[in-house]
Amino acid sequence: MTTADTHRTIEAVWKIEAPRLIAGLARMLRDVGQAEDLAQEALVVALERWPVDGVPDNPGAWLMTTARRRAIDLIRHHRMRDDKQAALDYELQPDAMTHAPDHADALDDDIGDDLLRLIFTACHPVLTREMQVALTLRMLGGLTTPEIARAFLVPEPTIAQRIVRAKRVLAEKQVPFEVPRGEELAPRLASVLEVIYLIFNEGYTATSGDDWARPALCEEALRLGRVLAGLAPREPEVHGLVALMEIQASRLHARIAADGAPILLLDQDRSRWDRLLIRRGLAALERAEQLGGADGNYALQAAIAACHVRALHAEDTDWKRIAALYARLAEVAPSPIVELNRAVAVSMAEGPEAGLRLVDALQKERALAQYHLLPSVRGDLLCKLGRREEARAEFERAAAMTGNARESEFLRQRAEACVER
Amino acid sequence: MRVLVMVKASKESEAGGLPTAQEIAEMGRFNEKLVEAGVMLMAEGLHPSSKGVRVRFEGKQRTVIDGPFAETKELVAGFWLWQVRSMDEAIEWIKRAPLFDGGMEIELRPVLEMDECGAAATPENRERVARMHEKLAKD
Repeated sequence: MTTADTHRTIEAVWKIEAPRLIAGLARMLRDVGQAEDLAQEALVVALERWPVDGVPDNPGAWLMTTARRRAIDLIRHHRMRDDKQAALDYELQPDAMTHAPDHADALDDDIGDDLLRLIFTACHPVLTREMQVALTLRMLGGLTTPEIARAFLVPEPTIAQRIVRAKRVLAEKQVPFEVPRGEELAPRLASVLEVIYLIFNEGYTATSGDDWARPALCEEALRLGRVLAGLAPREPEVHGLVALMEIQASRLHARIAADGAPILLLDQDRSRWDRLLIRRGLAALERAEQLGGADGNYALQAAIAACHVRALHAEDTDWKRIAALYARLAEVAPSPIVELNRAVAVSMAEGPEAGLRLVDALQKERALAQYHLLPSVRGDLLCKLGRREEARAEFERAAAMTGNARESEFLRQRAEACVER
Repeated sequence: MRVLVMVKASKESEAGGLPTAQEIAEMGRFNEKLVEAGVMLMAEGLHPSSKGVRVRFEGKQRTVIDGPFAETKELVAGFWLWQVRSMDEAIEWIKRAPLFDGGMEIELRPVLEMDECGAAATPENRERVARMHEKLAKD
């Protein structure tokens, strides 16, 4: 094996092992930041040793043993410090050393809980959303700082700083390494789901840059969602989110033309939708509903997406049901954006005039003042009603609002198409 | 990326022997890990080739050939479909699989994804965009 081969192997092992490694260490140290540092140190040792000694038979266990040794040193160091409080703290967490298992495999039983704690910690509300995203990708996705920076089109030092700050905040606020219970669970879980969905959406509709989508981020978010569904199988909204992402991802390849231009849902070639992801999505939706979560925010969105994928042809779409689901969603999670989507569904079910009435009611909505889809939808409805000049003005307004070059170009084309004969 | 992981047939699999309870449990643990890591999309085992057929195409003729088929090592006995970030990651996972031994080979092949077929889809997609614009203009 050449050094380059070994490095590729190490990278692959790291991506697989990093979350478990950090989670296991965080349980020993009760400090996620330190755990992440130690895991990184173990990686550095592997990068030095494996090219020389060869890749160990059980690389995961090797990394864990190496990192755990350092963790134990660190705990001893803390204990010897002339700091009675630290000693007391340590005494209160006796499992760190005395109960530390000898084999990494023995950790398997608890690792699920530790991973869950790690996810909740990375998405803890003391952190800003940007920190939560960076920390989640770093610790649960095993992504490197440059990889995260590339995915979000921001400079590397920005991401590095976010991660350092996030770790500092977690330490300063003494955020416990635990799964929230009781009343705390629902809002904390919602925060985790939001982070995952934000990562997905960043990939699905890139908010900036020239690419319409960055599928790798979608895949990462889906992976995180699937992992979470395994860790928290009784939570309906987790399955709801997974269902939503699976179904949306099924259309990933059909929504972009070869030249990179977006293709709207109703114009997509449905034979290119991914049947496997659709099947998985529908199954996840069913689980969410069986668990009593049919009225969950994500489950409702997934149910809407499911209406689209169940229709083999665009004209078969059950728009009445979609409009009803949006009405329910508007009750559960009221937002002007949901209302705008409801308007589109109503326009399809009852005609453009009915839709336009709902859209016009949203014109003064402040939250939508900078939202390009409001004029874009309005333009579409006006166009259908034959009010072409008004439609063109709306599309041009929309084009000026979006930060995505592809989308802007697409909207400008629609503006022109409105008045062409 | 997705990877198709093909488990090749063996004398035992071709004889139609079923795995023992212990083997099922061992493979089950491995599969659980794949699910927990968000890697597993699909996993299926196949009946021996004696229950399969081949359909041969020659001009307009279609000939159905009944199994079993001879070249055991080239036959597929089961497969996984995995979602991974690289081939290296898939290789790392398969190395951890239990039960395989005795020179048995597992073949890993990256799935050709839609966007990699871009060149072939170009004219069709261009046409679709053009059609859409046309439709918009007429409305």
